[in-house]
Amino acid sequence: MQPTQSSRRILLPVKPWFMFASLIAALFLNVVPLGRFAAMPDWVALVLLFWCIHQPLKVGMGAAFTLGLLMDVANASIMGQHALAYVMLAFGSGVLSRRILWFPLLQQALHVLPILVGSQVIMLLIRLAVGGDFPDLAWFLGGFIGAALWYPLTYLLLLPQYQPVERDDNRPI
Amino acid sequence: MPGVIVALISTVGHSPPPFFKRGPAPLARLFFFVSLSVTLLVADLRFHTLETARRAVATVLWPIQRIAYVPVDAGMDLSEYFSTLYSLKTENDQLRRRELATANQLLRQGHLEEENRRLRALLDMRERQPAEGRVAEILYAARDPFTRKIIVDKGSNAGVESGQPVIDELGVLGQVTRTYLFTSEVTLLTDKDQAIPVQVQRSGLRAVLAGSGIGTMELRFLAANADVQPGDILITSGLDGVYLPGLPVAKVVNIDRDNSFSFARIDCVPIAGVERHGQVLILGRRTTPPLPAESAPAPAKPAKGAKVRRKP
Repeated sequence: MQPTQSSRRILLPVKPWFMFASLIAALFLNVVPLGRFAAMPDWVALVLLFWCIHQPLKVGMGAAFTLGLLMDVANASIMGQHALAYVMLAFGSGVLSRRILWFPLLQQALHVLPILVGSQVIMLLIRLAVGGDFPDLAWFLGGFIGAALWYPLTYLLLLPQYQPVERDDNRPI
Repeated sequence: MPGVIVALISTVGHSPPPFFKRGPAPLARLFFFVSLSVTLLVADLRFHTLETARRAVATVLWPIQRIAYVPVDAGMDLSEYFSTLYSLKTENDQLRRRELATANQLLRQGHLEEENRRLRALLDMRERQPAEGRVAEILYAARDPFTRKIIVDKGSNAGVESGQPVIDELGVLGQVTRTYLFTSEVTLLTDKDQAIPVQVQRSGLRAVLAGSGIGTMELRFLAANADVQPGDILITSGLDGVYLPGLPVAKVVNIDRDNSFSFARIDCVPIAGVERHGQVLILGRRTTPPLPAESAPAPAKPAKGAKVRRKP
């Protein structure tokens, strides 16, 4: 497994507990009470998207559905709203994962943007269909901020896999 | 011969067997999960059958919510610790002044309540219900941009029921709309679907106040020439049997009396710190007196033969 398909660097295999821990951490970040800041990116969607692209065989629609249900309850929204949006997101990123990984990171972010905003549009359509109000436009900014965070997020989440196979105590880094 | 046909059918129109076992195809999985989600959506919206499942998931989520609250709590403690002596002193002065200003009313309240009770007894009116409540802490505001809800840290194990009104130190905040084991959801007054019967304090005019979904509220269905002025305080009228009468709710900020519409457009802002964090008071359920029996007899049914029947 490489960081991108064109990279010559071979990564360590991913640790399942790290994937699990990062998804739980994203769930944490989503329920931290930071006031009503509309343009907050949906951390769960972002981390889920990352693993769906980098590990499409390990994280997929089943994980997306479960996390969606948890988010539905945490956000006090309709059951199935986040679940549906996340499942569509996982499907889209799973299908596109082979393609996306051929691009450098900034162009990957351009692929990530429509997937994130698309999942927001699905949630919007569900809420509008059941008589919700049109939200603040800053809410869509969350998807754009999420795409902008793709670059640092990739390095952060691939960090454990960047470790050398054999630990050399004399090596400075 | 039949064997050949079966072999033919199984090879034509089918892709070759995959090298690795990967479960059902992505499209099949997508179809399964999407139909499951849509089923959940319909079950929740139309039949309201998922409350038990929601409660179970909320119990699983509770530790995460509780731990997520810790850093914010610690940050608040830290900022409090480092807040300067000066700001504390000014706040202390302010509080002292406010206390003095209200001392007059507070000191006489016991006396007034007693007097009120006696007068009401003289007039043979029902007694006002005393308010009781339990303090809860706001855990977080739900990250749903379509609704205005907050999650507080008292749930059904603390005796909270859905329907109870929630206030803070300034006025009415909202209503408990759903309870879990350890937490409960409070729908704020600014939510689009939340309405509260109010009364203009100055003129006694009764109306219904509804949230607008953007952090303000609207006084609905009042005639264009209604006696409302900017700056008027709206208090609960108590007609709904949920909120105690006399609690401050909102302040009128803007009135648009357009003659082309039959109703005035009256914008209000909530008095309570609706979008802030802190502690709230969940008031006990109000026991409403039974409605008086109808005195007028029901209109008698027309006799069977008197029924008008259309003939072809």
